Amino acid sequence: MAILSKDDAQTILRKVLAYSKADETEVSLTGQTAGNIRYARNAVSTAGEISNLSLGVTASFGKKSGTATINEFDDASLEKVVRRAEELARLAPENPEYMPLMGAQNFRDSIGFVDSTSKMSPDSRAEMVAQSLKVSKESKLEAAGFLDNSSGFRAVMNSKGMFAYNKSTNVNFSVTVRNQEGTGSGYVSESFNDVSKLDTLKLTKIAATKATSSAGAKAIEPGRYTVILEPLAASDMLGGIIRGFDQRSADEGRSFMSKKGGGTRLGEQLFDSKVTIYSDPMNPELPGTTWSGDGMPIEKTVWVDKGVVKNLAVSRYWAEKKGLKPLPGPGGGRFGGGGMIMEGGTASLEDLISGTEKGILVTRFWYIRMVDQQTLVQTGLTRDGTFYIENGQVKFPIKNFRFNESPIIMLNNVDELGKPVRSGNVIIPPMRIRDFTFTSLSDAI
Amino acid sequence: MKRKDFIYYTGLVGLGTIAAPSAFGRSIDPKEALNRVDVAIKKELADVALNAARSKGASYADVRIGRYLQQFVATRDKKVQGVANTENYGVGIRVLANGAWGFAATNTVTKEAIAKAAEQAVAIAKANSKIQGEPVQLAKQKGYGEVSWKAPIEINAFEVPVKEKVDLLMQVNDIALTNGASFVNANISAVNEQKYFASTDGSYIDQDIHRIFPGFNVTRIDRASGKFKTRGSLSAPMGMGYEYMNARPQDRIQGVTTRYKERYDILEDVKNATVDVQQKLTAKSVEPGKYDLVLDPSHLWLTIHESVGHPTELDRVLGYEANYAGTSFLTLDKWKSGNFTFGNDKVNIVADKLQKGSLGAVGWDDEGVKCKEWDLIRNGVLVDYQAIRDQAHIIGHSESHGCCYSQGWDDVQFQRMPNVSLKPGKTKLSVDDMIKDVEKGIYIIGDGSYSIDQQRYNFQFGGETFYEIKDGKIAGMLNDVAYQSNTQEFWNSCNAICDESDYRLGGSFNDGKGQPAQSSAVSHGSSTTRFNGVNVINTARSIG
Repeated sequence: MAILSKDDAQTILRKVLAYSKADETEVSLTGQTAGNIRYARNAVSTAGEISNLSLGVTASFGKKSGTATINEFDDASLEKVVRRAEELARLAPENPEYMPLMGAQNFRDSIGFVDSTSKMSPDSRAEMVAQSLKVSKESKLEAAGFLDNSSGFRAVMNSKGMFAYNKSTNVNFSVTVRNQEGTGSGYVSESFNDVSKLDTLKLTKIAATKATSSAGAKAIEPGRYTVILEPLAASDMLGGIIRGFDQRSADEGRSFMSKKGGGTRLGEQLFDSKVTIYSDPMNPELPGTTWSGDGMPIEKTVWVDKGVVKNLAVSRYWAEKKGLKPLPGPGGGRFGGGGMIMEGGTASLEDLISGTEKGILVTRFWYIRMVDQQTLVQTGLTRDGTFYIENGQVKFPIKNFRFNESPIIMLNNVDELGKPVRSGNVIIPPMRIRDFTFTSLSDAI
Repeated sequence: MKRKDFIYYTGLVGLGTIAAPSAFGRSIDPKEALNRVDVAIKKELADVALNAARSKGASYADVRIGRYLQQFVATRDKKVQGVANTENYGVGIRVLANGAWGFAATNTVTKEAIAKAAEQAVAIAKANSKIQGEPVQLAKQKGYGEVSWKAPIEINAFEVPVKEKVDLLMQVNDIALTNGASFVNANISAVNEQKYFASTDGSYIDQDIHRIFPGFNVTRIDRASGKFKTRGSLSAPMGMGYEYMNARPQDRIQGVTTRYKERYDILEDVKNATVDVQQKLTAKSVEPGKYDLVLDPSHLWLTIHESVGHPTELDRVLGYEANYAGTSFLTLDKWKSGNFTFGNDKVNIVADKLQKGSLGAVGWDDEGVKCKEWDLIRNGVLVDYQAIRDQAHIIGHSESHGCCYSQGWDDVQFQRMPNVSLKPGKTKLSVDDMIKDVEKGIYIIGDGSYSIDQQRYNFQFGGETFYEIKDGKIAGMLNDVAYQSNTQEFWNSCNAICDESDYRLGGSFNDGKGQPAQSSAVSHGSSTTRFNGVNVINTARSIG
């Protein structure tokens, strides 16, 4: 059984720690069961399942550490893995940034595990895909999609008395629906902890509607446009920005958070006042782990409040060096630590469209890559449904564009934010952004 | 070092959509890593899988017993960030039952667990067959009996002590820091795939594959202006052993900076990088417009990878990757016409799984097909795709091209890109002579930002360093350069290709594809090539 209960995990970890002779020892148990099914051209192409349970031991002597892992759990194997970690630690170079292990902490129990998701089977996955295929076949469209689910746990105990446990489930579904002529394409992608929230039939219908309505796209000139980004497009563009909220790289002068002449932009109004971003492992829609990899509790943290940078993540080492308080970043654990949550308003996507005089509706972006680390300018393309809006109405589908734009600039050009929803591993509103830069046209559909 | 860190650092040096290595590799003592599993034991285990699959009703089965070793040594400034040695060992079984594929894997390498996984694979195939469209058609493949293949390496990187690698990287960092760099990261990755394949066709294939990728990144900060610039290494990931680290005189290509052929000099390159990064801080911003581009192989490999390698993958053409990697503009009707001018007649692009030292080189692919070389683009015309056994019939081939691959024992094998390379020019032409003919151009060294649409029409590429060419001469360094083009227009604007004396390999150590995403390594060879009249944009913006 790859998913151990808190008690069972604790029993094994205690036993392993008892073998340790190092100055400090940390032991972890990680288990996962995962299954998937993939389909294309309206038929299943591959499917598989995997399950694994692994024990890791990190032993430290002074500032020298070694890690060894094993997936056998008899007493002899458990002792062997401890001895191997100790041996590797003695051979390792000193880590000048080594931090002593944390002592006992009070971590909250995470809320990310849902029983029904953990019970998904090859048959239930096949049935969910059959629902999706029903839509594409009946509409004489072609579907390609992927459904995968996983259940996982991680437990960590150290020689200073810290014990942490987290378990979570995840299910992800995405489908691309194309018309038979290859002139229209639609897409949806959703992630949940709870499989009962996933309706593959309903989602495939949305993708099918996009596939049909995006056919016969007209070319319009590239340039600067007002855009309405669906939550998926907004998360494609902004989902990674939170990783830049890091004190050390800002202090070092190699981040968009670095200030000219030295220092950081903490406390500055870096974005439009409509922008508020936080993370919260206890958010029921986007639960995350409640402790970080280096043994700190993860709490709700506001990163941007009304456009002002409120916090930067600080590692324990950097905090000690700079005399700051350590602050774990979001996503502090293997199973995600509660991703970025962006506040918004109450408007629906339709409301945003109806309030737009001239603009472009973007379903999603594709192949986004960083162009300039200094300004965070990214390039990429629109995909799977791009439409021209005039006088509050979607007028016609348009050909896809390549963009070159910075999320920092985008978040200064916010016109209106809609109602936030979960999209992948972030919660984000649909949004209307002014002066978004499209640089060329693409023939891709 | 912890596993998550290992994956993180791998991401730092990789290219392409990074697919993490299988999640449950275990840390291993470097000495223990040198032990091998006896071939006779592997054959016995393989037969257990094949027999179990057959007895449950599989019409075809293959089993891969894989031992995947990875070593990653990472340093930053004056410290060792981490040394990871991982082993990933297990068995994956793929079966055809009722006309559908099923796959299951286990890391419990016992006869009982293997038989159970084989049964599970058959059960999954049968569940899938209920919603399967047309049954899978598998191209015939002869069995090769008990055979083996070993990469022709000179020094096994796993036999080189970690300390030697650490010392070298610390020397790299020292050179960078004493020559003005603000920060430097340097690392070496090594991979050894010990793969055993057996199938109901009667093949038992034992293979030993090695890859290496050294690299660094130098950062220089100008506090007063608040600007920072980086310069990455000009190494290539190679299908080689540690001999790649010992550059010989004949491996050096001199010019605006030194580039390398079959061996690499990391100490020389980092010194050059400190000069380049300083120049970058003050280089002028490019004037957007049309330029003739002279593209070094250290840059062009990525353009070949994205604009030729991916669109000629048959699974993309057919729609199997529609939901993830995308489809392709090279639709079957274009291939069938026999006259689709992908490029002009200077453009000859070949696929291969054989080239010595390349990342794709192997004896047999992951479904027991002997590897070979074949043309994709001949004199500018699209002539073939990349196809595996269950696709060959779609393009009228009786056999697979031999380009099926899985990143590990626990992932199902599927069509992956072989080496895809541009053939050098047939007439003698040096880079200097090529530049002499350019009135207004940009010479690009190294790879940078890259993005292409899901059908591989529209792309944008940056680079590592850019040099302005004015009236046949290099006129200094440029900043903020990216070129945008359409694949077919671009390859039809190919104006000249240097001869084979300039031919070099570049490549991707981590190319992503598939769901669940898998990583593969692939090389792309070329000589310096000129493309005329390409649109260049200026990427500079201000964030206040």
